[in-house]
Amino acid sequence: MAFKHKHLLGIQGLTSSEIVSVLDTAESFYEVSTREVKKVPTLRGKTIINLFYEPSTRTRSSFELAAKRLSADIVNFNKQTSSVIKGESFKDTILNLEAMNPDAIIIRHSASGIPYFATTFCQHRIINAGDGSHEHPTQALLDAFTIRQEKKNFKDLKVIIVGDIIHSRVARSNIFLLNKMGAKVVLVGPPALLPVEFKNFGVEIDFNLDRAIQGADVVMMLRIQLERQAANFFPSIREYRNLYSLTEKRFRKAKKNAIIMHPGPINRGVEISTDMADSAKSVILKQVENGIAVRMAVLYLLLGGKKREAID
Amino acid sequence: MEEKIKARIMDSRKIRRSILRMTTEIIERNRNLKNLVIVGIRTRGIYLGKRISKLIKELEKIEIPVGVLDITLYRDDFSELEAQHMVKKTEINFSVAKKDVLLVDDVLFTGRTIRAAMDSLIDLGRPKTIQLLVLIDRGHRELPIRADYVGKFLPTSKREIVQVKLKEIDSEDEVLITEPPGIK
Repeated sequence: MAFKHKHLLGIQGLTSSEIVSVLDTAESFYEVSTREVKKVPTLRGKTIINLFYEPSTRTRSSFELAAKRLSADIVNFNKQTSSVIKGESFKDTILNLEAMNPDAIIIRHSASGIPYFATTFCQHRIINAGDGSHEHPTQALLDAFTIRQEKKNFKDLKVIIVGDIIHSRVARSNIFLLNKMGAKVVLVGPPALLPVEFKNFGVEIDFNLDRAIQGADVVMMLRIQLERQAANFFPSIREYRNLYSLTEKRFRKAKKNAIIMHPGPINRGVEISTDMADSAKSVILKQVENGIAVRMAVLYLLLGGKKREAID
Repeated sequence: MEEKIKARIMDSRKIRRSILRMTTEIIERNRNLKNLVIVGIRTRGIYLGKRISKLIKELEKIEIPVGVLDITLYRDDFSELEAQHMVKKTEINFSVAKKDVLLVDDVLFTGRTIRAAMDSLIDLGRPKTIQLLVLIDRGHRELPIRADYVGKFLPTSKREIVQVKLKEIDSEDEVLITEPPGIK
């Protein structure tokens, strides 16, 4: 039951029972955010650095609030106002921050594998808040928390993940997690954004949303990541919308009690229509709310107990 | 290796009588019983709290709500533990503000659990009073804390373990003194 990892680099390194223990712990932390005094003294005296090389609204403020509700001190690092602009390297940045003796560093970076790289020379705990197209473990955990809240169980759920799969770290983390938990995952998107090699992860792929959505319990839409598209992956937004946007008409083909998820930020009218994003079936804002409880659980599990050796 | 049982201090009859006596003391002391709420400390405090609430209902026909408090997030030894304790839910579905709160636990030892419980309670609201009930007071306090209602005072040595078993989760009611293996 005990969570023995020193770092949280990805879902790939976790077992299904470790995932369940994070979700169970988050269940208890959820209640803290509903109190009048939304704070417990658990991580008093701990220092956490939020090192964000990429823009973020949800993840950064969610980690910040999670840390603050546990009474940890958190320092926000913003690339734009830092010495990175003067040319300081990633490694030097980490070494300098480490010299200030934090307990954990939360890293968001556009290069895949950067959090792992940090663990090779940094003594402190590293939490991956999204690295390139690799993983975004806390997003997958909060998605799982939300799915479990709505569906109770993962076994035999049909989850479709739709859109820009190739660039999506959220998709990868979710694929790993849902596979470990026994759900059935179908990836959907235009061929240019959905390489067939994804089949090696043990999931199905389908280029036709109208077909794939039939009987789905969970419809997870992904944002079209224009900032990661060096080349044009599809002819036009309009064509993409016609084939892959979640509209009311399409959603009717899913199971009656299906839910709509999206990791945010949403491009209204591109991958999802406004009325679907705001519909009663949408749990998009619920995901955001749950994110705090899940991140509190992650911080608690990683920072609790004596200093430990890395087993990752 | 099994831990060694040194003595059986209470059986189910003794536990029942002790809870009944303490309940009478609670009723005697709290003239405004309607303002009383019970908060049980996980895990065995919950069941003791529920038994007391049931007895008060039988004796006085007043329904006393019982909440559940998990003190893990308020522990003072967070950085010294080998592994983190599992955090469980705090479930107090009523306001504790201006209430007379009866805090219930099975064993009073160092007093650190009660310190944590009081800090936690006060974060949930400002109770009018907090009273403490324990089934066993085994001494060795490390903080200036005392119980208002005590089932049994039990002098112990520090290395002994006092085990309260309640039939709601342990299949029978009893209080044991045991010793960890490897110590004579």
